[in-house]
Order: sequence, then structure tokens, then C-alpha cells
Amino acid sequence: MNLAIEVNELTKKFGDFVAVDHISFSVKKGEIFGFLGANGAGKTTAMKMLIGISIPTSGNATVAGFDLNRYPDKIKQNIGYMSQKFSLYEDLNIIENIRFYGGIYGLSRKEIAEKSEKLLEKLDLQSVSKSLVSSLPLGWKQKLSFSIAMIHEPSIIFLDEPTGGVDPITRRQFWDLIYEASENGTTVFVTTHYMDEAEYCERVSIMVDGKIAALNTPKQLKQDFKAASMDEVFYQLARGAKRSDH
Amino acid sequence: MRTILFLLEKEFAQIFRNKAILRLIFIMPIVQLIMLPLAADYEVKNINCSIIDHDHSPYSRRLIGQIEASTYFKLVDYQQNIEGAMPKLEKDKSDIILEIPQNFEKDLIKEEKATLLIAVNAVNGVKGNLGAAYASGIIRTFNQNIRMDWMTFPKMNPIPEIRISSIPWYNKMMSYKIFMVPGILVILVTMVGSFLSSLNIVHEKEAGTIEQINVTPIRKHHFILGKLIPFWILGIVVLGLGLIVSYIIYGIVPVGSLFLLFSFAAVYLIGTLGLGLLISNYADTQQQAMFFSFLLMMVFILLGGLYTPIESMPEWAKVITKFNPAAYFIEVIRMIVLKGSGLKDILPHFFAIGCFAVVFNLLAIWSYRKQI
Repeated sequence: MNLAIEVNELTKKFGDFVAVDHISFSVKKGEIFGFLGANGAGKTTAMKMLIGISIPTSGNATVAGFDLNRYPDKIKQNIGYMSQKFSLYEDLNIIENIRFYGGIYGLSRKEIAEKSEKLLEKLDLQSVSKSLVSSLPLGWKQKLSFSIAMIHEPSIIFLDEPTGGVDPITRRQFWDLIYEASENGTTVFVTTHYMDEAEYCERVSIMVDGKIAALNTPKQLKQDFKAASMDEVFYQLARGAKRSDH
Repeated sequence: MRTILFLLEKEFAQIFRNKAILRLIFIMPIVQLIMLPLAADYEVKNINCSIIDHDHSPYSRRLIGQIEASTYFKLVDYQQNIEGAMPKLEKDKSDIILEIPQNFEKDLIKEEKATLLIAVNAVNGVKGNLGAAYASGIIRTFNQNIRMDWMTFPKMNPIPEIRISSIPWYNKMMSYKIFMVPGILVILVTMVGSFLSSLNIVHEKEAGTIEQINVTPIRKHHFILGKLIPFWILGIVVLGLGLIVSYIIYGIVPVGSLFLLFSFAAVYLIGTLGLGLLISNYADTQQQAMFFSFLLMMVFILLGGLYTPIESMPEWAKVITKFNPAAYFIEVIRMIVLKGSGLKDILPHFFAIGCFAVVFNLLAIWSYRKQI
């Protein structure tokens, strides 16, 4: 099987409100999959179901080869997650954060020590390894957060608006990390509000009002919507949306 | 097991880096133990007393002299009539009015009885009541002294007298502080158990790190143990510290077994930690957790027998105290520290607190959700 994620009629209701409305799609192994949508379109809810912290109302999905409804814990061992809300411990230093997350993913102390060294070298953070995370600039935190989410070498990494609020150069560097992960065979599932980032994805889906309104390569989408950029594609689709912010 | 070690390592690193928590743990017991017993003292002194003497006789002056001589009263006012004395009472300047009627001395000698009026400002009920009681005590003594003066013919006045003398056991000086300090230790331990632990967990919710944890394959009970063990240890440390402080400041040496005391505290802490976890499961912000813990602490303190004895509460309140874990620990710590009670004496309390620990933790684990 060549699919990393296979989603079938996945639905989440909060009372009468249908946040995610019977969506179906699949993501290939090693693919960089962009998951777009306006605020309130339901993309974060959909992602939370896929990473197993929100229980679907109906429908099913297979993530990393495991049935979402039956083996949520197996899925968790095989995926990484980095959220828009920065999720390292600000009052721990870099080494302590690496050790903690490595530890709860079941890495041995030896493995953790090796990985820490490699990671610090790659991100060029050796000199600040004993500094509290709260003292780091946002861009460094996000790169560190990504690398720690990858510490157990998951087969799929979920990124929820990972580059919010950082400058274009740091964003570019962040995407270098994403490409590298993808080249090493990791499937990347990423949500973003930046349309230039959407162009970096191999395939893009755009959610409107809880449904997937379009799904294709950026090139094909631009052709289909007779648009010059992803920006225009997004506007054409999002303009018809009935709900904006939650 | 390995997971728990990583959790503990992280938790302790955070606690030792958090100045607020450290201050709370080390300074709070010392300050509370010094301040609270001094402030929450039931001994009332400096009761302001107005006197109206209609009699102006040697006996009335003798009575006034005795009231003046006691350390409890401060004479603030002499008036001719009750109307003159009332404004001071109304303005809270005096707490009690003693009115000596005309012919007080004459009635006392001729009729062998006389009436005195004590008017009490009951806004501060404790002060008023105790003031009236102290005044009655002084009048009684005065009365006895006068009888002694007259009893020239004992045959004619064979009124038998019963004297009651009491020996205070377990707290020989009847010191209010010795009674209060162990109870305050319970409040401290409770605060660490329910308050700090719930704040800590809710903080992770606010920071978003709990979401990150929920995405990992970590087991629910591992996460909960990783949160509870550090605060369990802190609670035990705070109790030990508090005992040392109360020895240094008040010279209180527990009469009973320290081992028994700490064993009880260990079980009690498991219960309060479960309660803290329960609070954090329902609170989304630290404010919510704080307000709810505060409310609980008020109930624990006021209906726990710390200030007012449970025996004198109304029936409905007594029922509530049965469900107040702090009430059991307050009773037990007083029994062990002051009286030297053994395991056999506190077995029912042990059983009750064990039930609390099981119920609170089961509820907490049941309501903790990794998923929404």
C-alpha cells in the first residue's frame, strides 16, 4: 500500500454544528500535502481527528497503516505533531525538552544523547543548549519544535500553521527542514495561511465550510480556476464560504 | 515505568525553576505558622467597658475597682444614666455597659440580693459574649467575698458551696496556639495537594503543552502519576518543614508517633491530589482553578473544625463535615500531636481518608480525557 493517510467520510459534529462534513481524501507516502482553508473552515478539527486527540462523530481513516477508531495509540507512536500554539516547555532548556519528548516516545537514554547532539549541530544551537526555551527567538523555537516533533522518526508529521508569525527568511529555512524530512521518506501534512507556502506543496486541498472544495497539485488547481496564483484560487473558493471565524 | 522517570525529571526541573512555587512552599508555612495563631486567638483582652453607677456606695466602688483591676477590661466611660452610655456603644467605642442600680448596697445587705445590668454590644459576638462572661465571673467573685464578710454566724447561713476546679489535660497551659498550629499544618498540606497540583496541570493546558502530550503515545495513568508524585513529595516536605517550624517557634513536640502522622498525611495527600486533578480536569484557566480551589479551601477550613469545634455546629453542617477530608486530618493531627493517640484511636479516620483517596482519584482518572 502506498498511502500514508486514507480518509473516508470523516465527520465531526459539535451539537448541531458540523465542523467537518464527510470528507474523503488520501495522502501518498512521502508526499508534502497542503491542507488549506479559511479560519473556521474545519481544517484544525479535521487534523485533530487524524492525530487522535478528537474522536470522529462518524466516518473512518487509516493513518500510518492503523485504523483511527481502533488503534489511536499505535498511530500516536508513528506520527509527529507540531501545533501553531508553541508546544515546547518554555521553562525547560533545550536539552531538557529534547530529553523529555524523546523519553516519552520511548527512546533510550543513549539514543536521546545521540539525537540531541545531531539535532543541536544541525540547527546550530550547541552554544545555547542550556538556555531556557523562553529565551529563544520565535524562529529558533519553531525549528526546534519541528525537530523535536521528528525525534522518534515518525512516518508522518502533522504541522498546524507551523510558520505563523515569523519572517520570510526563517520561513524559507523552515521549509528546507520540511523538504529534507520529505526526502527522507516522511509524509508531511501541513496547514498554512501563506499561499506561497501552498505552492511548495506537492498537492493541496482547500476546505470550505467543513467540506473539501478542491484537491489537486497547485499547478493543476491554477489551471482549473484560470488563476495566476494560489492566492486567486483560494479567494475564488473562500469567497463562497458561509462561515468565517468560529 | 521509564516514562514516569522522564516525567518526574521534567516536573522537578520545572518546580525548582519556578520561584513562585518555591516561595510558596518554603515561606508560606513559616509565615502562616507565625501569623495565624497570633491573629486567630480567641482570648479577648481590652474589652471597653462603660460604667453607670447610680449607687456611689463603698460596695459599688469595690466592684468597679475589681473590674478595673482585671486585665480584660478597660474602663472608657463613666456615665450618669444608660442614655449617656449608649452613644459610645453605638459607635463601637465601648463593648459592654455595666449599670449598678441605686440602693445596690442596701439591697445587697438587707434583701440579700441585688440586680446588676450588663448591656453587651453583640456586633462582635465573641468579644461581647466573652466580655459578659468575664464580667459575670468578676461579679461572682465579688459576691463570694461579700458573703465571706457577713458570715460571722456560719450556723445561720449554712449554704453549702461547691467549688469546681479543672485540670486541662494534653494542653496544660490551655494555650490556644498549641491547639491551632497543628490545624494550620493541615491547611498547608491541603493547599500543596489540591491547589498547586491543579494550577500546575491547568498551566499546561494554557500553554498548549498538554495537547502536545496528548499526541504522544503516553499512557493516561503515567501522565497522572507523573503529575501527582512530585506534589505528593512536596506535601510531605511541607509537613516536615511545618513541624520543624512549630517546634522552633512554639516548642511543640508531637506526643504521638511521627511515623503514624506521616503515614496518615501520605494517604491524605493522595486524596487531596486526586481532588486537585479533578479540579484541573474541569478548569480551563488558572483563574478558574484558583477560584474553585479557594472556595473549597474556605469550606475545608470553616467546616473542618479548625476554628470552631464541629460538635457545636448545627446538624446539617455536621453532615457536611463528614465529607470534608480536612476535618479528619485536623482531628487526627491534634490527636497525635497533642494527645499521643495511637493507630487504634485513629483507625476510623484512616479508613475514611482511604475512601476519599480512592473515590477522588477514580473520579479524576475517569474524567481525565486525552481526547475530546
